Amino acid sequence: MTATHLTAGFMPLLDAVLLVVAHEKGFAHNEGLALHLVKENSWANIRDRAALGHFDVAQMLAPMPIAASLGLTPLSVPMIAPFVLGLGNNGITVSADLWRQMRDQGAPDTIDPASHGEAFRKVVEASPRKLRFGVVHQTSSHNYELRYWMAASGVRPDRDVEIVVLPPQYLPGALGAGGVDGYCVGEPWNSVGVAGKSGRLLTVKDKIWSMSPDKVVGMRADWAEENPDTVSALIRALYRAGLWASEQAHFDEMAAIMAQPHYLNAPREIVIRALTGRFVLGHGAEAEIDSHFVPSAHNANFPWKSQALWYYSQMVRWGEAPQSPTNADIAAACFRADLYRAALTSLGVNLPEADYKSDDGFFDDVPFDPQKLEAYISSQAD
Amino acid sequence: MGNMKGMSAVLSILVIDENHIRASIIEAGLREAGHQRVSVVHDVKAVAQRIGEIAPDVIIIDLENPNRDTLEHFFSLSKAVQRPIAMFVDRSDGTMIDKAVQAGVSAYVVDGMKKERIKPIMDMAIARFNAFARLERELEQAKGELEDRKIIEKAKGILMKTRGLSEPEAYQLLRTSAMNRNQRLIDIAQSLITASELLGPNQ
Repeated sequence: MTATHLTAGFMPLLDAVLLVVAHEKGFAHNEGLALHLVKENSWANIRDRAALGHFDVAQMLAPMPIAASLGLTPLSVPMIAPFVLGLGNNGITVSADLWRQMRDQGAPDTIDPASHGEAFRKVVEASPRKLRFGVVHQTSSHNYELRYWMAASGVRPDRDVEIVVLPPQYLPGALGAGGVDGYCVGEPWNSVGVAGKSGRLLTVKDKIWSMSPDKVVGMRADWAEENPDTVSALIRALYRAGLWASEQAHFDEMAAIMAQPHYLNAPREIVIRALTGRFVLGHGAEAEIDSHFVPSAHNANFPWKSQALWYYSQMVRWGEAPQSPTNADIAAACFRADLYRAALTSLGVNLPEADYKSDDGFFDDVPFDPQKLEAYISSQAD
Repeated sequence: MGNMKGMSAVLSILVIDENHIRASIIEAGLREAGHQRVSVVHDVKAVAQRIGEIAPDVIIIDLENPNRDTLEHFFSLSKAVQRPIAMFVDRSDGTMIDKAVQAGVSAYVVDGMKKERIKPIMDMAIARFNAFARLERELEQAKGELEDRKIIEKAKGILMKTRGLSEPEAYQLLRTSAMNRNQRLIDIAQSLITASELLGPNQ
């Protein structure tokens, strides 16, 4: 049997790891897939090359397929996401200078987003200039989580600070050079900023929105329609890669694989921090973060339609998407729980029965109930 | 308003490329085609300061540039640019977009720009990006061939010295060994040099 050739784009970020493991450890091969991984240097290229069909599938920011399907981005073609590449993995890192100011305002030694948020608000109020934060892409989990954290802490992201977009691999450099005062990015770029640019890792995604999706495997809706067996095979390969990647015994090997120049091109001892959850926060602090990056457990790979709706709610909140029942439907339809189930039923995997769930893991204790979407959006309006 | 300007005035074209040589090639192509308002910026960060003064109708950027996200976000902030900027003129023109991305170039144009005005610009940019890539490949290949030739010369030298062969004989021996082992001549030559180095200068 000849293998089905599958080209997958990825960015140099730790949560490309399931695609890499599926390739390097033979899980894709076992499913009859010849996975060809292509490293990209911008999310815009990932988006365009996926839209044009240069990539069959790609690692994408969870909101990207939604934004494409809603027509918010150039070359918008309907995209779907049948698989989540893991929960968590983001973090917010601030410069040494901003950290000193936050310390003076009572920021703790921990990674508690609420107390850091309070100190941050006081610094923003006292600051003679607008602080500038970097995120990796406009329609990114990073952008929405950073904004959520700020807004819940009493800082208006569009008025009180400035948010700019920079590629992940450039953010630590920008922090060191004073170009940004802080950023929200996936690993290893927080740890790189801590190790090389005296940054302070403030908090991580799991503390802002617990057990939430960050990256997905995205693909054109029509391509998925035409290649259902390939999609199923890919889901199974990635699912098995996730199980493998969850085992502590494999962390060293995984870090060594990911550290290589053609993947992350970052030191192994930095890469492993996100896998073990043992973080150096900077400025003398360290933390053990249990569920910083969850590649498989807790149904990590299941594309909850309700979580697509949460991202949509934030697009509306920040003025990127018009609010309408049609748009909500389009957003929910991007996360293909049905394809996930269809691929994994035969493996006897314990699958969620519902496509929607309430999320109550937000740090400010405001729950998200997908059945009360409109009320949720209204409650967040200025 | 954008329409009127797009119809009548001289186009302002901004080329963003970190590769100085390629940027000059594109700039020259645009000037040859009669475009007088061409600006070149090598660093995306400088776009922020200059965009007001340049007021581009067309922006050409290379896809190797990791700052496309930054640039697009910058466009999306209405304060920075007065006129909305979209990627390419017409999403329906898939072939041109595909060719451009294949060539490693992308374009942003102001809203209302006519397709006929952008097409020749894009065709030129695509052709020159492709030509540049071909030149680079040829240069790489030429470098590689030169390197190979040096290695084969060295291997021949070793054989001539250690086995007392003439140059044609040494070359023939390398060739036969390569064919018999189903390997490339250059690989055999490289192995011979490595082996010779391992065995030391006295061999």
